[in-house]
Amino acid sequence: MVKRIIVDPVTRIEGHAKISIYLDDNGNVEDVHFHVTEVRGFEKFCEGRLYTEMPGITQRICGICPVSHLLASARAGDDIMGIEVPEAAKLLRYLMNSAQFVQSHALSFFHLSSPDLLLGFDSDPAKRNIFGVIEKFPDLAKRGIRLRKFGQDIIEMLGGKKIHPAWAVPGGVREPLSEDKKQVILDQIPEAKETTRIGIEFFKSYIDKNKDTVENFGNFSSYFVGLVNEDGSYNHHDGLLRVIDANGNVILDKIDPRKYYEYIGEASSEYSYLKFPYLKSVGYPGGMYRVGPLARLNIVNRMGTPLADKELKEFKSLSPNGVVLSSFMYHYARLIEILHCLEKIEEIVQNPVIYKGKYRVYGGVNKEVGVGVSEAPRGTLFHHYWVDENGILQKVNLIIATGHNNLAMNKTVLQIAKAYIKNGDVKEGMLNRIEAGIRCFDPCLSCSTHAIGQMPMKVEIFDSRKNLVKTIIRD
Amino acid sequence: MGKIRIGTVWLGGCSGCHMSFLDLDERLLELAQYAEFMSSPITDWKLHTPIKEYQDYPEVDITLVEGAVVNTDNVEVLKIVRERSKLVIAFGDCAVSGNVPAYRNLFGVDDVLNAVYLEKASYNQQVPSDKTVIPKLLNKVVPISHVVKVDYFITGCPPSADTIWYTIKCLLEGRQPKFTEEHYRYG
Repeated sequence: MVKRIIVDPVTRIEGHAKISIYLDDNGNVEDVHFHVTEVRGFEKFCEGRLYTEMPGITQRICGICPVSHLLASARAGDDIMGIEVPEAAKLLRYLMNSAQFVQSHALSFFHLSSPDLLLGFDSDPAKRNIFGVIEKFPDLAKRGIRLRKFGQDIIEMLGGKKIHPAWAVPGGVREPLSEDKKQVILDQIPEAKETTRIGIEFFKSYIDKNKDTVENFGNFSSYFVGLVNEDGSYNHHDGLLRVIDANGNVILDKIDPRKYYEYIGEASSEYSYLKFPYLKSVGYPGGMYRVGPLARLNIVNRMGTPLADKELKEFKSLSPNGVVLSSFMYHYARLIEILHCLEKIEEIVQNPVIYKGKYRVYGGVNKEVGVGVSEAPRGTLFHHYWVDENGILQKVNLIIATGHNNLAMNKTVLQIAKAYIKNGDVKEGMLNRIEAGIRCFDPCLSCSTHAIGQMPMKVEIFDSRKNLVKTIIRD
Repeated sequence: MGKIRIGTVWLGGCSGCHMSFLDLDERLLELAQYAEFMSSPITDWKLHTPIKEYQDYPEVDITLVEGAVVNTDNVEVLKIVRERSKLVIAFGDCAVSGNVPAYRNLFGVDDVLNAVYLEKASYNQQVPSDKTVIPKLLNKVVPISHVVKVDYFITGCPPSADTIWYTIKCLLEGRQPKFTEEHYRYG
């Protein structure tokens, strides 16, 4: 008789989700499903819209990484126009994307995941939140808040608004950076770097003391996918697609990311609104791959900025072949990316081109298909548009960053559940660990308040005939 | 005086309003002195069984509701929130008017689901159907005021952090927020 435990809702992730845990007769974990329970249907309702409207509309997919959709959509528009954007526009887009990585990653680490790490997975759920961190570690909490603010402020300086800025357009960007902002930004870099360093030091000491967590949190072989420069160095906005296997062998390289559909397929399932992407050459489900901070650091040979490069060396030394497999290390990778982005912000704002150069070109519909790709904080993001001669959308395909990791997230929750749930004994802290496994992939959630106060969760245990056997309310 | 109890929920939206709330930045530290946060922004749980004792959305003074009403879970959550909150605030354009999620209303639910799960999948094409965990989409996306009584509306996609701060401050001080031009944001 299989029992089913439903964890509902999963908190602190980008979207609405539940988890089902299936226990065998001995109360040990047989299988786990991660269900995403929301779909808004952007791929359908954007039909009939103009491609020039899409950056504004698709930003509204996500309030945490609107900039990713803004940029990917603008790039799909560049492709439809058949143009190359000017140098200043490329730099300005990289600048905004860097600022977004800083704010989104800071949120992920400091606001949402640090309560688990600083206060403990088994700590009082009523306190296990950003406000609990403020209470116990006020300086660190404040630093985290200020780091995120730094990223948000730069987005606002460029786009006029912190969330959903109408800024990137097919052909470039609407506004360059105003020159009087240069010093404002540079003045804040030292504090931001220091905060990131504190985060990295804390995380390193944490993994030294918590080997079992590293061991059990989604620690498995998979492929890794992301963008890199031609020479294999890091690029979060304008690179070529690279795929490596768990041993570090490069399987695919220098792929034009606009041809992603030749390599990536998507499977549907009965139990989730999130489709399951997989590598076509390997098939489903063996073609499971991971994207995002961990993948990006695994596929590159250098970060291209001094402080981040120093950290990357140390990161890669964690594994004999330089490929780090534990999903728990997403946190570490995220912090290293913040460092890279801060260094890039510092570098770009000192480049006179962004104040003086041409930042937008104009054109019409020259191609009836366009693909735009950018790295979002959570992974590679694809926007694929089919238009008619007037630029009206006939068909849309979006592969959202979180989606790529769907198979890996399922495997992660299974591994954690198996490690911590034995003989039918289910405790709150175990459930929190399972959720935290999902959070490694970026608990890009809507709000601090989740982490504030109660974490309502209901676990229901069913027998194989779907009769309710037991209910555990966590509050 | 005890702390004011605030809850927030997220229905069919993008979480941008919640992000704007986080853009209160250091003001969050101040807020923590006067307010207690009671609930997760994601409270779209499904009550699988009619267990009366299941009361995990606590009684609160204020709930900020982000997002439009797009599926059966949203309706259920919204009703519970209304029951247990003294004030319900429509938080941002999706909750106020339906906004982007309501674009879906130009198409039928089946068209949307087929486009996403059948036409654009290359393996195991099927529309997700596991009723125990997957909420059903409503035929029509609606603003939250079509489902429950709403006390205040904050516009914007998202509303600015300053407007959110102004609203909460007023309520903390026991005053009615009086929205003027500086607080309204369209888009």
